[in-house]
Amino acid sequence: MSWLDVFRGNRKPPATTAGAAKERLQIVLAHERINRSGDDFLPRLQRELIQVVARYVAIDPKAVNVSLDRGGDMSTLAIEVELPPAAPPPTGRDAAAAGRPAV
Amino acid sequence: MSATVITITSGKGGVGKTTTTAAFGAALALRGKRVCVVDFDVGLRNLDLVLGIEKRVVYDFLHVANGQAKLQQALIRDKRIDKLHVLATSQTHEKDALTPEGVNRVMAELKEEFDYILCDSPAGIEHGAIMALYHADHAIVVCNPEVSSIRDADRILGFIAARSKRAETGMEPVQEHLLVTRFDPDRVKTGEMLPLNDIQDILSAELLGVVPESKAVLRASNAGMPASLDSGTDAGRAYHDAVARFLGEVRDPIRVAAPRATVTVQEEPRGFLRRLFGFA
Repeated sequence: MSWLDVFRGNRKPPATTAGAAKERLQIVLAHERINRSGDDFLPRLQRELIQVVARYVAIDPKAVNVSLDRGGDMSTLAIEVELPPAAPPPTGRDAAAAGRPAV
Repeated sequence: MSATVITITSGKGGVGKTTTTAAFGAALALRGKRVCVVDFDVGLRNLDLVLGIEKRVVYDFLHVANGQAKLQQALIRDKRIDKLHVLATSQTHEKDALTPEGVNRVMAELKEEFDYILCDSPAGIEHGAIMALYHADHAIVVCNPEVSSIRDADRILGFIAARSKRAETGMEPVQEHLLVTRFDPDRVKTGEMLPLNDIQDILSAELLGVVPESKAVLRASNAGMPASLDSGTDAGRAYHDAVARFLGEVRDPIRVAAPRATVTVQEEPRGFLRRLFGFA
C-alpha cells in the first residue's frame, strides 16, 4: 500500500502510523462530541421545563430530573417531574379557566 | 473605529500559541495595521520574552484591568515594528486574577486604538482560556500534526462555539481558523505524520496556514524576535502567508516549505488537491 492510499480514503487497516492516528482520532472525537452536546443543552432544557411546568402546577424546581442516556442504536431522554403530594387536584372549572385567556 | 479581536488558542500547551501570536501580530503590523498583542497567560507570561521586550515591562495587563495603571502606561511599543504594541502580563498574580469586568474594560479601551487585538491564550480550558476567547471575533487554533494536540484543538473549538461572547449574545459565530505548526512534509510522505487534509477533515475547520518544523523558530525566540520579522526564513514566510490569507489577499493553495526544498501542495496528485481545496 502506498502512502497515497491514506489520501484516497482507503478503508483497509492502516499500514502507516499516520493512518492509525487518523482512525483513532475519528473514533475518540466522535464519542467526545456526543457527550459535549449532551452537556450543553441539558441544564437549559431542565430550566425551561421547570418554567413551563411551574406555570401550571406548583412544583419544587429540585423535583425535576432530566437525563439523557446515549446508547449505540438508541438514545433516551427521560424527564421526571415529581408533583407535590399536598397539592389538591384542580377542579374542572379552575383548570379550564386557567387554560383560557382572560376575557 | 473598532478593532477585530483574534484569539490564538490551542487547548494543549507547547504547540506554538505564543510564537504564533508574536509572529502573526508582527506580520500584521508590518502590513501597516495597528496591532496590540495581549498576554492572557497570567502567572506564566512569555509573550514579552518571545518579543524581546521583557526588560521594558513596568505595568502590565493586570494593573490596567484592576485599575492600578492607565493603559498608556502599560502598552509597550515595539522598537523594530512601528505599529506593534504589547500588553504583557504579570507573573506574580494568581491565575484567577483577571476578572471578566476588568478584561471588558481593557478590551473596550484597546478597541478604540487598534485595528487588531491578538489575545495569546493560556493552555487548558479553564478561567484564563475562557477570558482570552470570550471577546474573540476570530479564533486561530494552533495545532501540531499529532493526536493529543488535535484532540485538544477539537475540544477548544467546542468551547469557542459555546462560551464566547458571540455565542452567548446570539451574534454571528466566531470565525475559526486552523494553523498547523511543526509540519514536516517529508514525514507525511513516509506515512509518519497526518497529512493536512486529514487534520482538516477531522477538525472541520478552515486551514489558515502551515508552519513547517523549522530551526528558524527557535533562533527567533532565542533572540527575542517575532518569527515573521525575517521573511526570508521558511517559518517567517509561512506566517506572512497566513496573514495574507487571513486578510483575504491570497487564495492560492498553501505553500509548505520542506527543509530540503520548497514543495507546493500543487505538486501533489489531483485527488489530494481536490480534497484539500474543495473550492479549487
